[in-house]
Amino acid sequence: MDTKAAILDMQGVQVTALRDPSIIVLEEVTWSVRTGEFWVVAGAQHSGKSDLLLHAAGLMTPSAGTCRVFGCDTHQFDETQMAVRLRVGLAFADGKLFNQLTLAENIALPLLYHQRLTDAEAVRRVEALLELLELTPQADARPENVPAVWRRRAALARALALQPELLLLDNPNGGLTARHRQWQMNFLDQLWRGHDFFGGHPMTLVATTDDLQPWRHPQRKFAGVHEGHFTVLGAWGGDEFTGHRAVKELLALPEGQVGG
Amino acid sequence: MRDNLAKAFDRANLQRFRYAPLPRSYTNYLGRQIFLLLLTIQGLAAFALITLGVLLRKSHAARGVMQPRVRQEINRAGVALLPMFFFVALALGFLVIGQTVAALAKVGATDYLGETMVIVVVRELGPLLTAMLVLARVGTANVIELGTARALGDVEALEALSIDPVHYLIMPRVLGMVLGVFALTIYLVLGALASGCLFAFLANVPLTPGDYFRQIAEALNWLDFVLLGLKTCAFGFFIAVVTCYHGLAQPLRLDEVSRVAVRAVTQGIVVCVLIDAVFIVLYLAT
Repeated sequence: MDTKAAILDMQGVQVTALRDPSIIVLEEVTWSVRTGEFWVVAGAQHSGKSDLLLHAAGLMTPSAGTCRVFGCDTHQFDETQMAVRLRVGLAFADGKLFNQLTLAENIALPLLYHQRLTDAEAVRRVEALLELLELTPQADARPENVPAVWRRRAALARALALQPELLLLDNPNGGLTARHRQWQMNFLDQLWRGHDFFGGHPMTLVATTDDLQPWRHPQRKFAGVHEGHFTVLGAWGGDEFTGHRAVKELLALPEGQVGG
Repeated sequence: MRDNLAKAFDRANLQRFRYAPLPRSYTNYLGRQIFLLLLTIQGLAAFALITLGVLLRKSHAARGVMQPRVRQEINRAGVALLPMFFFVALALGFLVIGQTVAALAKVGATDYLGETMVIVVVRELGPLLTAMLVLARVGTANVIELGTARALGDVEALEALSIDPVHYLIMPRVLGMVLGVFALTIYLVLGALASGCLFAFLANVPLTPGDYFRQIAEALNWLDFVLLGLKTCAFGFFIAVVTCYHGLAQPLRLDEVSRVAVRAVTQGIVVCVLIDAVFIVLYLAT
């Protein structure tokens, strides 16, 4: 029996599409993420993974069911729950960096907005994050002028700036070269185990993917999204895992065809 | 009934009404247009109240981020437009005021000059022309910028960082426009009066600059200053609200941005004229 507290708890959640809330993309999602877990949600493109993450982050409220993040119902996720909201980090699939800001300014934005830092302190923390994610050479470039892989990394740095306890990653490996993918998998693994940069505290991670193979790991938990249904699959290689249609589809894809 | 009303005033219905095929009868068409107008007024009013609420509650929040953004918007809606307003003030003085001075001088009615100038320039033409020019130059840019930002997902990115999009994107624009319209109106009025005086001098109108400005000073009273301040602030606030509402409050696709910009500018003009009408009533009532 798992005694750790559920920091993300969905009960019968109906997930709707961001672009048109009248469209239901996932029915009856029941799912609990506990402290220190590393979840991988697998599904084909446009299967509703991104919308599921937006619900998990509290950016969208479910049209049916309840979604609780750190015990707080996301229907009540307003300004009074700011402390809870700041415990969740979200990195979008396409980065969604602000084009009028440089990469360094993008990373500095949440720090300057939510924390009363002096300029020197903000610069020091941003420089440290840039160095951690090997982004220093691109620090002063605007997002449109750097390759997508570095934009992704900047988005990850921005999501980590406030040191969240729960980090949600939307298809983090999509479109990455093998070298960058390897770097990212190692980095996420360090975050999950407790990176020195973040005081050695283990981070709870949820990542979506349409390419399962790189996520193979005995300690990770998997869930599948297929044709409007969300299924908890358990560990890699279990009966439920190998029998799920999304898993069969995604593992059958040759490497390099997935992304975006 | 309550449910029906709630359904009627949601965004999906607004889109459905706007893009529905033309009805067969004129009465149906008229009914649809009235309904669209009510939905737009409701949306604008709600957005104005939300913006006002954020302005009052969060004016001191996140100063490190917001102060540079407010300064940038003041620069954009005010300082950057100064050269254009210098030109417009000069033209306004020469084309309108100078001719009025000359016409009054011909019929020996130069004693009414001060009052005429105050009514035409200070109360009406100065604030309204400023509002129109700011709407055209900055309001249009607002809709396009915010519409593009919305279409590219900047709003979701801000929300993911727990940053209120109204605070981060709208508040600086509202403050910039309010201060910009107010300051530019003052400069336009002063510039137009000065260039009118210059025109009168060049046209050999029998009126000394001293008499000209004395008449204007005598025609002005404290209410003119108060109402001018209120009017310009109202213009700035509502231009910002209308343009930001169309850019941000509704989800857009990139190809919709230009059409929405046209709609926002049209509604901005209507709102400015309505505000002007309200202030005319106030002037007449006092």
